Amino acid sequence: MIISVASGKGGTGKTLVATSLALSLKDSHEVVLLDCDVEEPNDHILLIPVITGNEPVNVQIPRVDKDRCTYCGKCAQVCAYHAIAVLGNHVLTFPQLCHGCGACSYLCPEKAISEEPRQTGVVEWGHCDGMRFAHGILAVGEAMAPPVIRRVKECANGDGIVIRDIPPGTSCPVVEAVKGSDFCLLVTEPTPFGLNDLALAVETVRKLEIPCGVVLNRAGVGDAGVVDYCRKENIPILLTIPLDMEIARLYSRGIALVNGMPRWKSSFRQLFVYIEEIVNERNRSIKR
Amino acid sequence: MKEIVVLSGKGGTGKTSIVGSLAALAERKVLADCDVDAADLHLLLRPSVKQDNEFWSGQVACIDPDKCTQCGLCQELCRFNAISEFRVDPVSCEGCGFCVHICPVEAITMKENLSGRLFISDTRYGPLVHARLGIAQENSGKLVAQVRQQAKRIAEEQELDYIISDGPPGIGCPVISSLSGASLALLITEPTMSGIHDLERILGVCSHFGVPSLVCINKYDINEENTRQVVKYCHSQGVEVAARVPFDNAVTEALVRGVPVVEYSNGVVSQAIERLWNDVCETLKDKVKR
Repeated sequence: MIISVASGKGGTGKTLVATSLALSLKDSHEVVLLDCDVEEPNDHILLIPVITGNEPVNVQIPRVDKDRCTYCGKCAQVCAYHAIAVLGNHVLTFPQLCHGCGACSYLCPEKAISEEPRQTGVVEWGHCDGMRFAHGILAVGEAMAPPVIRRVKECANGDGIVIRDIPPGTSCPVVEAVKGSDFCLLVTEPTPFGLNDLALAVETVRKLEIPCGVVLNRAGVGDAGVVDYCRKENIPILLTIPLDMEIARLYSRGIALVNGMPRWKSSFRQLFVYIEEIVNERNRSIKR
Repeated sequence: MKEIVVLSGKGGTGKTSIVGSLAALAERKVLADCDVDAADLHLLLRPSVKQDNEFWSGQVACIDPDKCTQCGLCQELCRFNAISEFRVDPVSCEGCGFCVHICPVEAITMKENLSGRLFISDTRYGPLVHARLGIAQENSGKLVAQVRQQAKRIAEEQELDYIISDGPPGIGCPVISSLSGASLALLITEPTMSGIHDLERILGVCSHFGVPSLVCINKYDINEENTRQVVKYCHSQGVEVAARVPFDNAVTEALVRGVPVVEYSNGVVSQAIERLWNDVCETLKDKVKR
């Protein structure tokens, strides 16, 4: 089962929830935690995993053989990203704009374009206290997170529980990271910002046809907007975490909630039971 | 005219709350919400929309089932796994158009995509340019560029002194689009291990693009030991640390009422943000040439 932990708004507690959920389940299940927030990966700070392997993430960019090129301009004409241009007897490439679709090399009538890798990030994998771990790191200055995210997702194959920590927002990196999940937990806080961004996140997961539930973090401040919204939209609130200075301080020191306050483990195990029920019920109804 | 972009790397460190208060403190400015994925600044500034423009960007492939011979070539060549069973998944399609060019029976066309909206509004604090990227859309960087372009146009037409933009979290495409060419990046961090890690990365992005930065530690009293570590790290990198802002529930209370915290309370947070704005102005005077 693949469970994504997403939020819309940043800083609502995705990392806290993803790491504590994984740590609470690792003794009873086979667990893989994937940190898909490749722009700002943080799970490793709380888990301190043993990294056992890594691999560069590359985008395939064009390399033009000047001896073969006739400057016909076909490559520039087919490139949707303006990453290759022909000016007189020069071909210019703009590697940062290239998405690596491969159209230019395939369609070059002279077979003058080959592809070469350009590194945009790295994936690392390892283990932590009996569970598997992987994360991706987008190189500083690089714009495109999705290729790194795709590679992180490939680090989980096989059975067990896969927990994905998703980047904030609602656009392409989020979609890439969440796609293929069985369930999406949406972590929010009871404020107008939390509500606004929760509603956007709900729209995103509904578009992807993934069932979702809410974790309400820092409960006790703010207003009732999120609770009212969830009731109206029929979205279950599966776990509530109060605003508590002890929890905030643990996080600030880089200590996972269930390691600092082990009594929270049972709440996260119960959260998983709820998720399992929702996913199983949905699978049954799809079969029917 | 100076352009200040507020960034953080890590989400939820308080960018929007601080921008809302800077909106109330700064004179002669235009505001820009560059977090087009999950825009929140309007919840504090309560704009009345004057212009609502469609944002058409990017294309998505579409297969005509009547023409398709199910040869499977498009499926085989698509690098984004966007085609299966002779249908295009519009969410996965990156709009490269490779399939259009290679389809032997010309069954595939590209369709323009309405991927968001761009708004120009009036607020009590001055003009605001903001946007909403459609759900699960690409090209957030292009929409950010348009928000900045409109803000710049307004600043020039009205001869304003500042553009203050609320940036997105992360370090990728929309962040780079918000940052490049700005006068100053104001980086809001928090004294958590994650906050420090993410600050190091966003500082790397700022120096990569040659934008001077100023750091503000928000909720500094949650962990004063970490706060000292942030200060030490910034100084080792030659980056100035501006006024620190303490943790206070007044920030959330103001947010619930939909007003910037400096207009809600005269307490410690508001005083700190006033000092922060002075520090920003001083830095712009001293260090920033653009």
